[in-house]
Formats: sequence, structure tokens, C-alpha cells
Amino acid sequence: MNKLQSILRRLPLHLVIIFLCIIWITPTVGLLVASVRPRQDVAESGWWMAFVPRRAVGQEEYRQYCASCHGKDGTAIAEADLSAAANIEQYRRSIALTAVLRRPLRDGSPHVEEMPDPQQMADILTYLRQLSGVETAATRPRFTISNYVDAMVGYAGRESYIESCVNGDPAADNACIGTGLTSERGMAKAFVNSLWVAIPSTILPILFASFAAYAFSWLEFRGRQLMFVILVALQIVPLQMTLIPIYRIYAKVGLTGTFLGVWLFHTGFGLPYAIYLTRNFLGSLPKDLFESAYLDGASHWTAFYKLAIPLSTPALASLAIFQFLWVWNDLLVALVFLGGQTPVLTWQISNLVGRFTGMHLLTAAAFISMILPMIVFFAMQRFFVRGLLAGSVKG
Amino acid sequence: MAKIKGQTPAIMKQAKYAPWLYLAPALLIMLFFVVYPTLNTVYLSFKNADSTQSAATTCQQPQPGEPEPPCWGIFENYRHALTDETMLLAFRNNLLWIILMVTGTTGLGLLIAVLVDRVKYEPLAKAVIFMPMAISFVGAGVIWEYVYHYQAQGDQIGLLNAIVTALGFAPVPWLTTGPWINNIALIIVGVWMWTGFCMTILSAALKSVPAELLEAARVDGASEWVVFWKILVPIISPTIAVVLTTMTVNVLKIFDIVYVMGKGQPDTQVIATRMYIEQFNKFNSGVSSAIAVILILAVLPIGYINIRRFRIQEAMR
Repeated sequence: MNKLQSILRRLPLHLVIIFLCIIWITPTVGLLVASVRPRQDVAESGWWMAFVPRRAVGQEEYRQYCASCHGKDGTAIAEADLSAAANIEQYRRSIALTAVLRRPLRDGSPHVEEMPDPQQMADILTYLRQLSGVETAATRPRFTISNYVDAMVGYAGRESYIESCVNGDPAADNACIGTGLTSERGMAKAFVNSLWVAIPSTILPILFASFAAYAFSWLEFRGRQLMFVILVALQIVPLQMTLIPIYRIYAKVGLTGTFLGVWLFHTGFGLPYAIYLTRNFLGSLPKDLFESAYLDGASHWTAFYKLAIPLSTPALASLAIFQFLWVWNDLLVALVFLGGQTPVLTWQISNLVGRFTGMHLLTAAAFISMILPMIVFFAMQRFFVRGLLAGSVKG
Repeated sequence: MAKIKGQTPAIMKQAKYAPWLYLAPALLIMLFFVVYPTLNTVYLSFKNADSTQSAATTCQQPQPGEPEPPCWGIFENYRHALTDETMLLAFRNNLLWIILMVTGTTGLGLLIAVLVDRVKYEPLAKAVIFMPMAISFVGAGVIWEYVYHYQAQGDQIGLLNAIVTALGFAPVPWLTTGPWINNIALIIVGVWMWTGFCMTILSAALKSVPAELLEAARVDGASEWVVFWKILVPIISPTIAVVLTTMTVNVLKIFDIVYVMGKGQPDTQVIATRMYIEQFNKFNSGVSSAIAVILILAVLPIGYINIRRFRIQEAMR
């Protein structure tokens, strides 16, 4: 009884937490569900409809306009058998069907007493295509990965990449032999580009930062404190502030559009925070450790790579995650220095947003860009949180 | 500082040039990529659009018979950046962002941190709230584009409008209804992304509050409400201050969400997007630099607070 009471008393607490969690996760889940739905479904109905049985589109309209002559199953008039696939296949668009309805019948009477409106027309055609077997439930499954394939190869045609390859459709604007994966428009290429941007942009600042942090914590030199204070201040310099001058220099020396330019930029911009974080960690290591190493005759170099680096692995790990996610998720730097010639994932997505080429491509593209950060995040959440706590000022 | 010097072991002073070898790569890169551009931006902000002449030359010539057009001489770019209608809108929006997003993320973060502290599935709940931090602004933009999606008629594919229409109201074009709904819609995305950050830091601070203190207060008959406001909040107030200042800097520099989701509407622009437009759409690096300088002036006080806090921390080591 007492236990029940305490559970009941805590019920509002659980409800509030669960409510907040649901609100937080629903947008992402919605996108994930949408990304595995067939493209027509993505455009026609909300993602939650994936879990609701499909209503028979156009059945009602068919009964209203056609059933009285063609019969319930479309076979009543032999020379106009609506259940014959060959018959229906001629009508890819409802406008073609409308034209037939506008023509009077052989005896001169109108085909229909009242024309259906365009929406009804489209629904009737959808119904007929299903009735005749041109389009069955099998050709339009509830879930599919074709959006991901389309996004990976950058296919923006009318069917899906796989369909158009299978049909040998000339509209397939990518060769169907795997070369689509290297298309500049595809997310596959962009994924590789993003990796190629992010990995050196993560390693370089950490390398230089650990050198500098060692000097800041265990070496004595003039202006050490002052320089470090300046470093703390540099962390707040807005990225936007540095873009214009660097852009001009890059344009002069030909570094715009190159990976090297982006690596250096991310390194320069990541360094103040990286040094700050590493130094705070290194400086908190026991002093005796380093003193006894020096007394044993260790040089600074030995102390650096045999003591400081191994001991600060946790800090460096959290730093690596931070920097990697930062660079991977960055749009502005990629936009300015790489642009469309070397598209990275974020650029590719923002470009898709602008072009309105279809929700289905966008949903899959967004998820392709999220896969790696999600893996990194969930696998190394502990380090991520630790880094966050160690220094929470990032430019 | 003197204290630190006194503690330095003699061996650390051994080599005069060694420290600079360790520092050189980082210092050179930072000088080139952070310090120089910052100074250069200040310089460019006093030049004309292509930086060939002084900004004063961009002043409009007075027309006979008309009142003299305003001109701030060499500060002409700043006149544009501070008085232009589009910029005033950007300042207003940035202010709205700061007010709503800083309080929203910190408040929600604190609420969630306090709540999940009492349940067994705390790590799971925290991971859910924190997860958006791993997503890019662009990805978040797509996720929320889908929530806010609007169709004038027919079935709504956006979740929010589906709910609205199911309740019997007309669908709302959330992202294009100005001036408040579109801005608030964007700010909600920001809150969604950054609440996890605030929650994590505040949660760690809450865990460091001695449990005996809270127990003692509860034994004395203090309600949870009183415990929260009179004990928890005062003890973690330094951390709350850190979160507030960090978030303010982040929000001042907000760019990606507006760039991706704002659809270029003038009434959702913020300072950073205006800067981008001036530079890369209008090719006016003078005005663009002036906006950047205004941005850094806005975050300067927070840099000062950071330094002061750093000094206090160092003194306690």
C-alpha cells in the first residue's frame, strides 16, 4: 500500500520526463520514418501515416463516376476493360484520362454527365492503376531504402534510381554501374569529402594544442600568464570575424576551394579552445610526477610524449570528438571556402533545401549526414560530456 | 602570479628556447587565422566595398534642393550597419533570440537536470535530450522543416499543421508568418538543439551539491520548491552564470539555423546572416566587416567575464 502510494506520488514526475523526452525525440523519429517511405508517400502524407493502413484512394470517386457503366470491377464494357493493364498503362497522367472523358461517346452522348475535378481525376487514375495491376501494393511498399540510394548517387529524376536502372530508362542521368557513387551531386561523394575535411581538421589542432598546452603547463617562459589570458579571450572571437580577411588571402594564394585551406582554417579556429582544454587538464596532473621525471634525467621531449600525452588521453579524446563534430557539422566554413566544387554533406543538404527537389531526397540526405555523428556521440558520450564540462566556451 | 613562479621547480627553467619550440606551431597558426583577421576586419570596416578607398567616399553626394544625406565620414559603414532598416531588424531578431533562447535553454536544462536526477533511467533521458547536440544545424533544419511543413490545403505532411488541422483550425505557414511566428519557430529549433548542453553542465553542478545539505533541509520540513530555490539555485549559481554567458555568445553568433530555415526572409535575419549577405551576396566587405566588428564588440564583455572567472579559478588551484 505504501509502495503504491509512493509510485502514485512519483507518477507526475515520470510523466513530465517522459513527455519531454517524447517531444525531444519525435522530430527526429519523424524524419527517420519519412526517409524510409516511398517518395510518393513522403510527398502525400505525414510520416505517421506509415503506421496507418492505406485507404483505397479513388475507390469512392470511381463508384461515383464510372461504376454505373464500367461495373464494379471495371469489366462491364468489354471493349473498354478498365481492369486490363494494357488499357490503363496508356494513362500515365490523369490529364490524359481527362481528355478521354471530354470526348463524347460513339452515339454522341457525353462520356460522363459531370466532369470530376482534377483531384478526383487523379484519385480515379490511382485507383484504376491499382485495379488493373499496373501499380500494385508490391511496387509501392510501405518502406523502402530507395530514397537513400537516390540521395547517395544524387539522382533527382522522376522514378527512383533503381527503377530507372532496371527499366533501362534513358532518363537515368547516372550510369548504372556504380559510378553514380562518385557523382558530384551525390551524398556518397559528399560523405567522403566531409571525412576528408574533418579528419585532418581534427588531428592537426589536437597535435599543435598538446604541444602548446605542455609549454603552458610545465615550462617557464616570459609572458606565460598573459598569453594564456589572451588565449581565453580569443575563444570568443566569432568565426564570421575571421572569414573575410582569410578569404581574401586564400583567393590571392589560390587556397580557396582546397582541402588544405579548410584544414588550416579549422585548425586555427579550433586551437584556442583546444589549448585551453588540454592545458587545464595537463595542469591538473600531479606536479611530483613531472618533477621526479626531470630529476631522473628525462628531457622535456621525453616528459611530453611519455608522460603528458598518455596521461591526457581522456582530455584529448573528448577534444577530438568535439572538434570532429564541430567540423563535420559546420556549414559556414564549407560554404565560403569549398562551396559547390567540393561539396561536403552540409553544403549538399543546404543546396537541396534551396532546390525543393523533393522531400524524400532531403530526408535521406539529412540522415546520411547524421549517421556518423550519432555513432560517435553514442559510442563516446562519456568523453563528450567530460569535454563539455572541462571548458564550456567554444567559439 | 608570483606564487606560481615560486612553485616552479628549477628544472623547468632549463632551456630558454624550448618553450617557444612547443608553442611555435600553435602561435603562428593562431596569429594568422585568429589575431590577424580580427585586426584586419577592424581595418576593412573603415574601407569601401572593395577596400580600395576610405569608407568616407561611399557617402551619398548631397543633391541640390534636398536635405543633406546623413554621413558618418570614415564611420560610414557603421552608419549603415547601425541604422539600416535591415540591420535594425537583425538586431531586433538577435535580441529576441537572446531573450528566448538563453532563458529557454537554461530554464529547460535546469528543469530537466533536476527532474531526471530523481529517476533510475536518468542516463537514457539525458541521452535523448542531449542527442540533438550531435546533429548539424543543417540536419536540424531539415528535421524541423518537416515538423513545420505547410500546405494551403489537403493532407498536411507537417506534424504541427496536422495537429492544428485535426483540432479544426486552418493550417499555419509557420516559417513564413512574420514577424513573430517565424522567428519563434526558428528559436524553438535552437532551444531543441542546445538544451542538452545546458542540462549536462547544470546536472554535473547539481550532483556536486552535498546530499546532507538537502536532506537536512527536507528533515526541517522544507518543501521541494523551497529546497530548489533557497538551496540548490544559490549553490549552483556560478555554474548558471557560466551557462548563461556561454549561451549568450552562442546565440549572438547564431547563423546556420537562420541561413537554412529562414528562407532568406528579411524579418528573420540576424546579425551573422546579414554579415554573410553583405559579403557574399552584395560583395560589400566594408559593411560586412563593420557588422563583424559590432558582433565582437557585443561579445567582448563576455570575454572579459571569462577572463575574470579564469583568474579566480587559477588563484584557487
